[in-house]
Amino acid sequence: MKWIQKRYGAHPVHLLLMLACLAIAAYALTRIRDQGELAVTVVIFAAALVLHDLVGWPIYTWLDQLAQRISLRQPDRRRPQVPWINHLRAPAFISGVLLIIAFPLIAQLKHSYYAAVSGVSETAYLTHWLLVTAFLFIVSAAIYLVRVAVARRDRS
Amino acid sequence: MVLLVGIPIEFITGLLSYAAYDPKAGNDPNPAHGIFGFYLFDWFTEPSWAYRLIQGVHVILGFALVPVVLAKLWSVIPRLFEWPLWRSIAHLLERVTLIMLVGGVVFEMLSGIFNIGYVYGYGSFYPGHFYGAWIFMAAFVVHVSLKLPKMVESLRSRRLRTELRTGLAGTQPEPYSEGGLVALSPAAPTISRRSVLALVGGTSLVVVGLTAGQTVGGALRRVAWFGNRYASPGVGPNHFPVNHTAEEAGIGPDQTGSSWTLEVVGPSTVTLTRDQLLAMPQITADLPIACTEGWSTTQRWTGVRLSDLAHKAGVAEFGPATLEALDGSGVILTGSQVRAGESMLALKVNGADLSLDHGYPARVMIPAAPGNHNKKWMNRIVFQSAPGPGQASAPGAAS
Repeated sequence: MKWIQKRYGAHPVHLLLMLACLAIAAYALTRIRDQGELAVTVVIFAAALVLHDLVGWPIYTWLDQLAQRISLRQPDRRRPQVPWINHLRAPAFISGVLLIIAFPLIAQLKHSYYAAVSGVSETAYLTHWLLVTAFLFIVSAAIYLVRVAVARRDRS
Repeated sequence: MVLLVGIPIEFITGLLSYAAYDPKAGNDPNPAHGIFGFYLFDWFTEPSWAYRLIQGVHVILGFALVPVVLAKLWSVIPRLFEWPLWRSIAHLLERVTLIMLVGGVVFEMLSGIFNIGYVYGYGSFYPGHFYGAWIFMAAFVVHVSLKLPKMVESLRSRRLRTELRTGLAGTQPEPYSEGGLVALSPAAPTISRRSVLALVGGTSLVVVGLTAGQTVGGALRRVAWFGNRYASPGVGPNHFPVNHTAEEAGIGPDQTGSSWTLEVVGPSTVTLTRDQLLAMPQITADLPIACTEGWSTTQRWTGVRLSDLAHKAGVAEFGPATLEALDGSGVILTGSQVRAGESMLALKVNGADLSLDHGYPARVMIPAAPGNHNKKWMNRIVFQSAPGPGQASAPGAAS
């Protein structure tokens, strides 16, 4: 026991859990292979990781830091008492999630097929998304203006 | 915490959704399932809204979990790039399972979203989504069992009520700890914990509000702007969403005109015109069409009981049946689906003749089954008799 603990770096139960987990994954891969989808599944799996960790996350973090830098660069005298950054982040996040859940429809990736199977047009999704996005930013800006007005009144 | 409940619900509804296809009867999108099919059973026919509920929850809860997963990954990602990459074999193995966990959750969500958006170019949807779910769940169970004590500890370290009363000014980063989740040198906070919670929860609510209508119906259907059936073609009694139009299936008036007949095969074979079918005893039932893509709609259907048709073909003990449509597609029903009192060959919907898009001249409606069991533009039904006591196998279609 002690030996495993020392050489392996954790409790033996930890090792058992890891091996069970890897065994299930390996078995699942043989199942996918039997259906002839192994290569494409592994590629998409890896692409999913890269897409989130090395594309999506760096981009949204960079945009966020850009906004943070702009807000910090404002001279103290002009810096509003109410920080505005979250009034930008909130509508951007909600709009971004809506884009993620419906991007094949919004981007009309299967425009003619969608219209053929459903009998209705796919272009509406882009309109829906733009309308909702505009609405979210307007509401967020309105709440911000109210907060600034309240802060001003409280100070005077 | 939300994921701890939400992800098992996704997994179970997903497994049930696969069982609903009745892979054992012969409709198997994952024929290589092996021991992952250990739980499969003959799908039931009551209550009729079963598949509608299961698949609606699967898709809409899946949408609602997207912001939660994004927030979860955002909160742990500073530790992804920690150094050294591995401190021990145990740590290395754990990081391998983390690849399965993070890659798995993003993969499951993306493949679901692709399927709803009809992007099939990457291969078939079912194997990836099904086997991928097993890989992801294996990593999920391991991750939860290793991290549960830590989660309880962190939840105990803060009181929700205190946190909800803490604005930005009072928000402090957590102290760094080995194996913890905090960045090595966190930046000054610009958002309070309560705001993050509110934003993620609020986003889930917005997502549910703008998609749930495709399943729930009613007034919400008008704002199901991001579900994959935001509107319906058709007029009057036939105004409800269409899965596949007749045009796309290549069905034209020449096949569905007055010369159309339905071939019913059993121990004896009968051929019936639409008028002959209308002259048989009719039943009416409210049954849903529930699509794997998540949308569903319940309408009032009128037609001939499937069991009456089986009797007409000389079947006494109901076995499986094969449905064949004019477009060449087919599906296999179990004996209990043939026997169910509300299973029917529908000729009318909401009192009017079916429209061509909804399956004219006749379509099958099976309670509680996935939409693809409700075959439109029926051409032929082959009924088998159930094996009687002592018989080794079904006698099969007398053809």
